[in-house]
Amino acid sequence: MKAKIIVRLKDGVLDPQGQTIQRALNKMGHPEITNLRQGKFFEIEIDGLENQEEVRRLMEEISRDVLCNPIIETFEIEDIS
Amino acid sequence: MKFAVVVFPGSNCEHDTFHVLKTILDQEVVYSWHQDSDLQGADAVILPGGFAYGDHLRCGAIAKFSPILKSVKEHAEQGKLVLGICNGFQILQETGLLPGVMLRNSGLKFVCRHVYLKSESGETPFTASCRPGQILRIPIAHNEGNFFLAPDQLTELEKNRQVLFRYSDASGDVSAAANPNGSLNNIAGVINRRGNVMGLMPHPERASELLLGCEDGRQILQSMVDWNGHFSE
Repeated sequence: MKAKIIVRLKDGVLDPQGQTIQRALNKMGHPEITNLRQGKFFEIEIDGLENQEEVRRLMEEISRDVLCNPIIETFEIEDIS
Repeated sequence: MKFAVVVFPGSNCEHDTFHVLKTILDQEVVYSWHQDSDLQGADAVILPGGFAYGDHLRCGAIAKFSPILKSVKEHAEQGKLVLGICNGFQILQETGLLPGVMLRNSGLKFVCRHVYLKSESGETPFTASCRPGQILRIPIAHNEGNFFLAPDQLTELEKNRQVLFRYSDASGDVSAAANPNGSLNNIAGVINRRGNVMGLMPHPERASELLLGCEDGRQILQSMVDWNGHFSE
């Protein structure tokens, strides 16, 4: 099975990289871009688990414990298939 | 006093730290490899600077799962001293031994230069040799040193006087202009509630002998030695 996970910075956490990308895009002639936040995207392949529910539980566990730092980030499991 | 300096793949300040403890402070020092779980009977543990596991995912995110970290946690639970310098600080935050997290520097640049630090409290094992309000000059070298903590927890941290060092100017003014990385409240070093685990972004081991231009950092390491001597009496 495959899973996709997005890790985002929480609202209110400063994102200097996102700000820099936004400013660059504005300077490149795209003034309509008014906000940009950068995050992380994980594509994960899983072998040996029986069903989607098991995979979801595992993905939640690794997201919570490893992929995201709950002080500044949140995660979202986008897709399991 | 016996120190253990933990070595991760990607650590790069372990030799400097070992050198200062051994040669300058005349203490017993051993290295502890990240895959081991033996701290070899050390009184204090230092997690040195560098890029443990390449800083992949987040600084300290992979290092926190090393076997040695389990021993470091037990060591801390026994009330013994733990100091995390730079990357070591980030690792202690990831493990939950210290509060907060380091974001990318607000200027998006790796900052490597001497800064001034204002010592906030003299009553800890890491600052016993410093006068409260004393200004130390110590170098920083980091890309992620922008201390962040949720507002309510930050208030709590300040209330508990857990901030031990702040970035300041030479006169001790803690201003935005003296903040090299965007850290909240100019925070450069914090201690845990119990008072035996400290994290410090600046590198005291790089400022511990006059040959290198400055020896202010030695006071922090010397404080640990003095404190330990006091305890064992």
